[in-house]
Amino acid sequence: MAETLLDIRNLRIEATAYPPGEPPRNLVLVDNVSVSVKKGRVLGLIGESGAGKSTIGLSAMAYGRGGVRLTGGEVRLNGRDIRLADAAGLRALRGREVTYVAQSAAAAFNPAKRLMEQVVETCLHHRLMSRAEAETRAVWLFGKLGLPNPETFGNRYPHQVSGGQLQRAMTAMALCPKPDLVIFDEPTTALDVTTQIDVLAAIKEAIRDTGVAALYITHDLAVVAQVADDILVLRGGKTVEYGATGQIISDPRAAYTRALVSVRSIEHQEKPDARPILSVDHVTARYPGTHFDVLKDVTVDVAPGQTLAIVGESGSGKSTLARAITGLLPATQGRIRFDGRELSPDLASRTRDDLRELQMIYQMADVAMNPRQTVGTIIGRPLEFYFGLKGEARDRRVQELLDQIEMGAGFAKRFPAELSGGQKQRVCIARALAAKPRLIICDEVTSALDPLVADGILKLLLALQAREGVAYLFITHDLATVKAIADKIAVMLKGAVVRYGRKSDVLSPPFDDYTDLLLSSVPEMKPGWLEQVLKHRRMESAGN
Amino acid sequence: MRRIPISALIGLLVTGAFFAVALTAQWIAPYSMEEASGGVWEPISAAHWLGTDNIGRDLLSRMIFGAQVTIFIATAATILSFATGSVLGFLAATAGGWLDQVLSRLVDLIMAVPTLILSLVILTAVDVTNLTLILVMGFLDATRVFRLSRAVAVDITVMDYVEAARLRGEGRSWIIFREILPNALSPLVAELGLRFIFAVLFISTLSFLGLGVQPPLADWGGLVKENSAGLVYGVPAALAPAFAIALLAIGVNLVADWVLSRTTSLKGGRGG
Repeated sequence: MAETLLDIRNLRIEATAYPPGEPPRNLVLVDNVSVSVKKGRVLGLIGESGAGKSTIGLSAMAYGRGGVRLTGGEVRLNGRDIRLADAAGLRALRGREVTYVAQSAAAAFNPAKRLMEQVVETCLHHRLMSRAEAETRAVWLFGKLGLPNPETFGNRYPHQVSGGQLQRAMTAMALCPKPDLVIFDEPTTALDVTTQIDVLAAIKEAIRDTGVAALYITHDLAVVAQVADDILVLRGGKTVEYGATGQIISDPRAAYTRALVSVRSIEHQEKPDARPILSVDHVTARYPGTHFDVLKDVTVDVAPGQTLAIVGESGSGKSTLARAITGLLPATQGRIRFDGRELSPDLASRTRDDLRELQMIYQMADVAMNPRQTVGTIIGRPLEFYFGLKGEARDRRVQELLDQIEMGAGFAKRFPAELSGGQKQRVCIARALAAKPRLIICDEVTSALDPLVADGILKLLLALQAREGVAYLFITHDLATVKAIADKIAVMLKGAVVRYGRKSDVLSPPFDDYTDLLLSSVPEMKPGWLEQVLKHRRMESAGN
Repeated sequence: MRRIPISALIGLLVTGAFFAVALTAQWIAPYSMEEASGGVWEPISAAHWLGTDNIGRDLLSRMIFGAQVTIFIATAATILSFATGSVLGFLAATAGGWLDQVLSRLVDLIMAVPTLILSLVILTAVDVTNLTLILVMGFLDATRVFRLSRAVAVDITVMDYVEAARLRGEGRSWIIFREILPNALSPLVAELGLRFIFAVLFISTLSFLGLGVQPPLADWGGLVKENSAGLVYGVPAALAPAFAIALLAIGVNLVADWVLSRTTSLKGGRGG
């Protein structure tokens, strides 16, 4: 039986909130959470945003972000309660016994220093090893983490490596001082699905080879199932369920865990092909002042009342296609036809009806709504603008739309800042619906949301499609979402469509290389999936 | 709204008092502006609370009417600079292209010449009246407001909600006044206070140099000039208007600071 490394008992964490216009209020962020990690084991912390997972993770180094206080319980690391440690004690502890890997590697590295300098900094600061020893260890870690040219990798600056490589470099930084415990705070969330799998595999291997214990924080149960031995499910700062990974995945006991496990189980029947409402015909586009086509000869159709999903990783031209269709980035070649008439490539010369029938919903609902306008104004403006509705007629229609997005009365007077993430996205949907569009372009509308909330939004979109007959052009990098809602799929890579057709055709073999890579990279909710995929890939590359 | 901090409260009180004096000058001043009611540089007495000036006029009355002149010109110039500067700045930010280039380079050109020298040149060439003073100060200050509002608006125009408005087909005036202006208001209001104080200092400087408000009318800068010779003989008359300028500057700054810290706290910065 391995020794217990980290033992958190009845942890209570509080913070003070300063709501505008009200007296300061005490908030309990984490309440009575107990959890332990044995040497060399990995504990997954999972929950939606605000569940307290990062707060608990940081408490393992007795740290609280701005104004957060650890007010009760014990955090025992190597047998002593680090909550009671003084500043010097904490300084000796952090970076030596516990290290941290942040979500955004790009924001965590100093852009003015070479990677090696930053990776060995902690070792030198704590006088754990000489510079030569530290650099040797860093090179070894670079190799372990699958970074290219481990000998010279450290000479690069942060901007000279990719996001996935930077994330691995930060993992090397955390592992370099030979800590007992590493806290991984959503290390793969900001990465593309195809990159995520590499980083995940590298992290897993490095954890195994260095024998370090880890806290792995994420909102994605499928990801944590690959790396963690045990899982702690959190909600609102309280423990929902705590158990071995296998048990949580295959036999979840709490209702909330069951919902998390069964998320993305929407069944969607593919509809038969029909005469398209939107056809994009050999469209090529480039940004003004550049000499590089960001869209290359793209041809896709959307049928009325159906969904075309555009899939691809970041930089593949998905959003640019949306900009070309809406006219924000006029196409340099090709034609865009809408309901039988040709759309002018330029936004300024389109008719008001063209604009009305083609609406858009954005990824970040936060910045898609003017923070100084109420929900009533935000939804009411298209009604006023396109249909000339005023006063009571307008308010009535706003309320109808709020009902359609399953939000009650009283929301019309609120400001966006007073809504939750899911509610904000619903308001954006209502604003698009207000124009009575024929087609809505949805640009990554669920990727900033928690899985259960995203599920709700997808269900709402499907229900609205069934009722209003609106077509969607759905841009996403998440294939699980695609499976849930698409009728047709276009896979994009470097500005071109590499695979296009009915959902059943696109998602069944034979695959082209890229689609295969994309499909196999989507984490599945079963332990051992990661090894299977990697084994499969190694065999394929050996076969070639 | 959070409770107003004590410093801002003092600032509001001081600023409010000065504006109240300026508005009610006709009724509260014990003597008229031009009337010589005593001897030259008389000391403080019951009849003359602040003594008399270099030709025997009541200094308190001169100060009160001076407040009216100073604050009126500074306020008018500030309003003019904000009306032109912010609208042009927003226009440049939303339109972009050649309009932005022409306006921005023109502003660069004006700002390349020190404001004081440029205004002295203009004011020696034209008839100096209150109106010309306001116009010259207002338009020169507008360049700075233009810079700020363009910078703020450039940040806002790339927001998705502005793009959403453009996709809806909204005209430029809706985008400027309904989408951008409400979100740019806080930094602009803070800047308004600072620009007002610069206008007060500027008109005082011009008057001190003799190219500002013309006698027998006088603003505070003019009063300092008239009485500065007395300092040599130990007559403190020039200090009263100087003190008034400083007090108003501090008062307005305290208010502007508060507005500014509220703005930054909106973005999750200081003041949390």
